[in-house]
This record gives sequence, structure tokens and C-alpha cells, in this order.
Amino acid sequence: MKTTVSLLVENKFGVLCRVAGLLSGRGFNIDSLNVTPSTLDPSVSRMTIVVEANENAMEQVTKQLNKLIDVIKVTTIENGEFVDREMALIKIRANPQKRAEVLREAEIFRAKVVDATPDTCILEATGDEGKINAFIEFFKHYGLVDVARTGRIALSRGGGKTAKKASKTPEDELKKAV
Amino acid sequence: MKAKGSVLLAESLMREGVEVIFGYPGGVVLPFYDYLYDSPLKHILVRHKQGAAHMADGYARASGRVGVCLVTSGPGATNTITGIVTANMDSVPMVIITGQVPRAMIGNDAFQEADIVGMTRVCTKYNFLVKDPSEIPQTIKEAFYIASTGRPGPVLVDIPKDVFLTEAQAHFPERAHIRSYRPSYEGHQGQIKEAAKAFLKARKPVLYTGGGIIISGANEELKKLAEHTHIPVTNTLLGLGGFPSDHPQFLGMLGMHGTWYANYAVAESDLLIAVGARFDDRATGKIDEFARHAKIIHIDIDPSCIQKNIKVDIPVVGDAKYILTRLNEEVRKLASSEHFASLYHAWNQQIGEWRESHPLSYEMDDELIKPQWVIEELSRHAAGDSIITTDVGQHQMWTAQFFKFRNPRTLLTSGGLGTMGYGFPAALGAQVAFPDRSVVAIVGDGSFQMNIQELSTAVQYHLPVKVVIINNLNLGMVRQWQEFFYNKRYSAIDLTVCPDYVKLAEAYGVKGLRASRPSEMMDVLQETLNHDGPVVADFVVSYDENVFPMVGPGRANKEMILGNEKREEIPSIPAGAAMNS
Ligand SMILES: Cc1ncc(C[n+]2csc(CCOP(=O)(O)OP(=O)(O)O)c2C)c(N)n1
Repeated sequence: MKTTVSLLVENKFGVLCRVAGLLSGRGFNIDSLNVTPSTLDPSVSRMTIVVEANENAMEQVTKQLNKLIDVIKVTTIENGEFVDREMALIKIRANPQKRAEVLREAEIFRAKVVDATPDTCILEATGDEGKINAFIEFFKHYGLVDVARTGRIALSRGGGKTAKKASKTPEDELKKAV
Repeated sequence: MKAKGSVLLAESLMREGVEVIFGYPGGVVLPFYDYLYDSPLKHILVRHKQGAAHMADGYARASGRVGVCLVTSGPGATNTITGIVTANMDSVPMVIITGQVPRAMIGNDAFQEADIVGMTRVCTKYNFLVKDPSEIPQTIKEAFYIASTGRPGPVLVDIPKDVFLTEAQAHFPERAHIRSYRPSYEGHQGQIKEAAKAFLKARKPVLYTGGGIIISGANEELKKLAEHTHIPVTNTLLGLGGFPSDHPQFLGMLGMHGTWYANYAVAESDLLIAVGARFDDRATGKIDEFARHAKIIHIDIDPSCIQKNIKVDIPVVGDAKYILTRLNEEVRKLASSEHFASLYHAWNQQIGEWRESHPLSYEMDDELIKPQWVIEELSRHAAGDSIITTDVGQHQMWTAQFFKFRNPRTLLTSGGLGTMGYGFPAALGAQVAFPDRSVVAIVGDGSFQMNIQELSTAVQYHLPVKVVIINNLNLGMVRQWQEFFYNKRYSAIDLTVCPDYVKLAEAYGVKGLRASRPSEMMDVLQETLNHDGPVVADFVVSYDENVFPMVGPGRANKEMILGNEKREEIPSIPAGAAMNS
């Protein structure tokens, strides 16, 4: 099962290592990981991590993440409760004769052309993972030169600043597992 | 205050109430050693840095205060790692200060550079690299705060050489405030009430308590709870001393080498109240069979320990002392002591029968000293407030079985990591904390040789630790496993080539004694305890004694080998079972 974990952490050196080390030390493969300073408070960073893990293992990892001194808040985000987005930049082969066609097809994905040379151009698209996959797949026939994806970022819907699953007491968190 | 990093560090340590540092000098920490030359901070020069880490650990476990050690960069720092992991596994509050190469050289493979912060990230509770001298006071404040609060643990502070030498303006904070670290102590009131109610529904309850009782100082509260409810108590290895072992309700230790009756009581229980224990595999045996009929209440300060190994019905996250105090109130509201006595009468009678039918035992011998006998007599004759440390192996288990611990912080032993070589330096640390108490290190002949160099430290600082070697001339615990589970193919366990421990002790300037026959045992033991100074007493014991009961690896705790069955009856190991000794 793919799980998205959203963390608020101290914006200090070494924190990424601690988080990544905790996951890798338990044999989890990180699908994607995104870190940026939170714009609301620059001393805090938000990490969005997608890992492949079963529910029990995830439960344990969430607790371990919470235990890390630099982690301020951990939220696992379940399907449907959140909005997630990913951005991709793709570089395709396209000579000036093909430009018009590329522009038209980019429309389908609401993608933009952000750079062009005599024989390539770069397209930018944003969407959920499915859309980004489809977008890349679609432009393959031009010949893909390179692809860069940001990985998933996510926020939970509604409520306050952080997700509603944030627990009030450690017991509330534990009870769910009983 | 404007001062050099060295001064800021010393001042910060003194503000934390540090009296003593266990350490070893080297290049990059020389600026700080220069400062120590005429500072009121006491420094104990060890003979190996693993010794320093274990001494700081022993000091901390015996006193409850934070133990401090100080080493140089590179090999100095890496030499402490076993000691750090040992402390981390057993939740011991420690601060390890390591020197680092100058800031500008970090990452350049400089002389004696090691990325100790990277190496210890996973085996400390937290660690710091200090990048500016002005950060020292805040960092030390936070290091001690993190080490000693919540579930305690070791914290490492890495300080580059030039940071010691550079002047900075610094402010000494009164309190540490870390927004992302707020251990919860009080527990959930509703859960505590829920737990109390479960007592009334139970007919076969058992209290299973661990090191958390000792760390939080909850032994009186535990005794109150047990006595009011008449519930029998079993301890984990680290829990010993948390409940008086001469108490009629005490079942002894549970688990792989637990008592028959403790393991049976847990297996048959219908309510297990776990306090400050983490369901370690050495305690639980095959987890699916552990307390399988019981409702489980788990009280622990570390939420990540709950639901980790076993499904818990009533979790309570918080400090054992606080929660047991509240639980005592709730339980008293619900029923009188008489009511509980009658509720659990049949159960306690059953346990009494088990206790009678399967006591801990061993056979005496006319020719050979039995190791259990040495420990039993030591328990009888050592001063009541003695601090006992052990190494790892059979002698450790016999100490857990046969030494009667009555008070918290009187058994110091490496439970989680099982570190051979821990016992002797830990005893020295405990003796530094309590110069006037009797401190005895019960060690194996294998284990003792791993940190034997600290005999000089004992002499130099007049630390009258008594070393009792349970000398079976082999790696006893490994031999036992090979006897039971590897067809008696004894591989690499023989230690008959060994020093003459009496002469060796004398060479260090320590009193050396030996008992090889039962007739000599008591005199040597008395002389050891009565001598006014450190002693190494070599008790040459039977070569092939085994620790019983024993639960085979991967087996249920009820399937105990008792020592009187024939070889064929010893259950084989299930495939895939953990085979680590
Ligand atoms: C540092 C370390 N190395 C290896 C082991 C594995 N081990 C566990 S018990 C044991 C034998 C200990 O022998 P000894 O100290 O003589 O004690 P005994 O079992 O004979 O009482 C060994 C090698 C360990 N626990 N720690």
C-alpha cells in the first residue's frame, strides 16, 4: 500500500538524514520525498514522503517518526482526505514545424511550453500522479529527451492548518490500532 | 558572558550540576583538558574509552543523574560507540562530549576525523554538532534535558577544536524549550479508569514490570498497587529491584531464564498489567503464545513501545510513577483490599502450588564450586544496600535468579544490547556515585577480559569495587547453546588459556584471591567483602553448569527445559527462530 506522510520538521541540517535513516533502517523504500521550507514559518520545513508499506508497519513508523526530536508533527494522509499534486518538466524532441502541434496537444493537459530550442522544447505540467503519468506517456511519441518530476506534495482538506488526523493524545492515536 | 568555548562548556556543565567526567584526552580536546587542569570539575582518567562510556552509564543507572563522558575525535569517539548503544538500548541518561577536527577541516578526511554525528545518529536519543561557540550553553542545556526526560537516553555533543578555542558572547538559558519534543507524563485519565475497571473483571491477573519502574522511581507505588490488589509481580531483567524479591507476591524474573512459575502465571493469566516494560523477545518467548488469554494493559512513557510487539487492549502513555499513583486511587475507589484478595484467592493459591512444585534449584557438589551457590551466598552476605553489576552470560542470569534484589538501582546490567565487558566499568561508575556503598561486579571470565584494563582506574581513584569472577574457563552461555542446539559441537568457547587472575590483580596493585574448592568458598567470599579496597576474587566453578529453566529460542515460555530431562526431550529449534545468543 502506498502511504503519504506529511511531516512538519525543524528546518535544520541533519533532519532529512534522520527521517530518511529511520525509514531506510526499517527497510522501507521511499517512493518520493519532497522537502521545502514552510512559507508560513521559515524555521519549519514540510516533508511529504510517499512510501510503500502495510498499515501495521506504517503505524509503527509514524510513532517512530513522532519520536524523532526534530519532528514537530506527523500526519499520515489517507485516500480522499487530501489534495495532492506533482509537477513534471519534460524535454521532448520538436523542430519548429512541430511546435504548433505540441502547443495544441499541451492544451489537453493544461501544460505550458516553458523553453524551446531549434530541436527541443520543455513542457511543464501539474496534476495528480495519474495525470502526470498520462502526460509523460502521451508525449513519448515525439521522443523524450529528459524528465524531471517533483514527487508528491499534499495537504489535507478542510479543518485547520494541519490535517484533522493529528491526534490529541498519544492514546487516541494508539486506540485506532486496537 | 564572553569567553572561549572551553570555558563556556565547563560553565554549562557545572550549571547542570555535573560533578565528574569520565574521559580520555587527545589532540582536538586538549584545549578543554587545559581548562580542566585547574577547574573544580572532577575528571576520571579511564584506560579505554569503552570503559568511560560504561562508567558514565553505571554512574547514571546507580544515581539517576546524567553520566558524562569526554573523548577526543576519531578513534576516541568511535571507541565509545558500544557504550552508547548499550545505554541507548537500556534508556540510560548520558551526555557524551566528543572533540571534532576544526570546522574548516570537517569533511576533508583530516587526521583523526570521524563523522561521529553521522555514525551515532541511529544509536543516540539525539546528537549535536556545535558550529559556533555561542551555541554551547544552549546545546548543553538541551542535551541534558533530552537525555534525562521522557524515555531517557544518551545524547552526543560533537565540538570542533577551534570552537573550544574561539571566544564568543553567550547567554546561559535557564530552561530548555524544544517545541518538537514534549514527552507526555500524565497519561489519559479515561484510560487509567478503564485500566482500573479491568482489575475487577479479572480473575488471574499478573503485574509484569520493567526498567521503567526504576527509571521513574515508581517502586513504592508498584508495591502499594500490588499489596492492595494481591496481584503477583514478575520483573524483566532490568525491572529487578523495582519490587522486593523477598516479597511473598514476587514471582521472580520471567522469560528465557525466568522462573517456571512466573512463565506459567503469565501464560495462564487473564489480565497482564505491563508497566515500563517493552515486551522484549527474551521476556516473551514466542510472541503469539505470550499471555494469549490475557487482556493487556500497557503503561509506558514511549508510545512507540506500545503495539510494537503485541496487541494491547488498554494503552496508557505516560510516566510510571504518575500513572501508578493515579491507578492506586482508582483501584481503591473500586474495591477494598479484602475484596481483591477474595477475587484472586484461587489464582494466588494456584501460583503458590506452582511455586512449591517448581522452585529454582541447583545441585551442590563436594568437589566443585557451583556458580549459583557463590551468588546465593553473596546475596546473603553482601551489605543490604550493595550495588551489583554483571557482565553478560550465564553468571548474569544466575545473578538475576539467585541474588535477592530489594531496592531499585541496585542491579546494573546490560539487558537490551547484552554487552560483555559492561559489568566492571559500570561498577566503577557506580562507586564514583556512591563512594561509601558496597559495589560488587559479578563477571564472567570471558566478559571481564574485555575491560580488565580498568583495574588501574580502580587503583588510581581508590574505588574499592569487588570483582567476583564466576570463572568456568569457557564462554558458558555459548557453550550451553551449543550443548542444546548444536549437537554438542563446542566451537570456539574454550578459555582455559587465561591469565592467573590473582597474579594479574596483584600486578595492577589490586588484592587477588582465589577459591577453587567448596571448602574455600566462604572464606574467600568473606575476605573479598571485608577488604578495604578493590579486590579481584577468582571463583573457579564447575565447567559445564547450565542455566535452568531455559526457553529455547522461538519457543513459547511454557516450554521450559528444566535440566532434568533427557537430551532427546529437549525441543529442537523451529526453523527461522532467532538464534542470537
Ligand atoms: C561483546 C559481546 N560479544 C559477544 C557476545 C555473545 N555472548 C553472549 S554470552 C557469551 C559468553 C560469555 O562468557 P563469560 O563472560 O565467560 O560468561 P559465562 O556465560 O561463562 O557466565 C558470549 C560470547 C556478547 N554478548 N557480547
